[in-house]
Amino acid sequence: MKIGVVTFPGSLDDRDAARAVRAVGAEAVALWHGDSDLHGVDAVILPGGFSYGDYLRCGAISRFAPVMSSIIEKAKSGLPVLGICNGFQVLCESHLLPGALTRNHALHFLCSDQTLKIENNSTAWTSDYQAGQEIVIPLKNGEGSFQCDDSTLARLEGEGLVVARYVGEDPNGSRNLIAGITNERGNIVGLMPHPEHAIDPLTGPSADGLGFFTSIISQMVSK
Amino acid sequence: MAKIVVDVMLKPEILDPQGQAVGAALPRLGFTFATSVRQGKRFEIEIDGEATDAILAEVSKAAETLLANPVIENFSVRVEK
Repeated sequence: MKIGVVTFPGSLDDRDAARAVRAVGAEAVALWHGDSDLHGVDAVILPGGFSYGDYLRCGAISRFAPVMSSIIEKAKSGLPVLGICNGFQVLCESHLLPGALTRNHALHFLCSDQTLKIENNSTAWTSDYQAGQEIVIPLKNGEGSFQCDDSTLARLEGEGLVVARYVGEDPNGSRNLIAGITNERGNIVGLMPHPEHAIDPLTGPSADGLGFFTSIISQMVSK
Repeated sequence: MAKIVVDVMLKPEILDPQGQAVGAALPRLGFTFATSVRQGKRFEIEIDGEATDAILAEVSKAAETLLANPVIENFSVRVEK
């Protein structure tokens, strides 16, 4: 199984994402922002970082990279895509997911171990979790406040499209404490915290993040 | 040559913590006039020739596509005299 990890100019977490992919026994394929060829990958991860220096808006310029035109097209027909942090911002800017990520309400850049509750375990990236399961993974961003209009929020909640929610004190002002969402089909997931930094207790707060990567393997194998 | 200005502002219902922080700093400096501050972006675009309606329509399209995120922002396009 081949999972592509995109590198934009300014991506930071592509190496950790590739490491997480290898940790669950899949092949990590480096995808370059300027190359529209997806090299036959079975799924794609858009990693965290500061693509294009976060100029204009986070993810706004990356969204128009050649690799994204291929990803947007294939994601619409079911290619599993996980956007983490900056990757989530890119997915929102690409309109593959609704809403937008704005400046944290307290204006601080956050870097902490965050408890999340998995709300939807029927997506391509969360099927190895239990619904309602609590996990601890790092949260690190300056613009992680999930915002959308009331009708979008009602739709996300009503259709069970909220994938994960912050537990405890509100870290960034996200509506309804939303940390991650998915599309109707469940193949596209955007998540603000970082599961790829929590795959081994030696280097992270837990190994709770592994489930995102084992889930996609389970999905592929069962197909 | 003409200059076209695109102003981008967060929609009124979107929280603007940067504007709030600026608004909170003003009275500390003795400026007590402000009841609210919101922060936006301004793009100045220079073109060769006249700013025709066709060009302004293209600029609007560019603003909607790239300069602003219509999910959270409004924009306006005008020609600077």
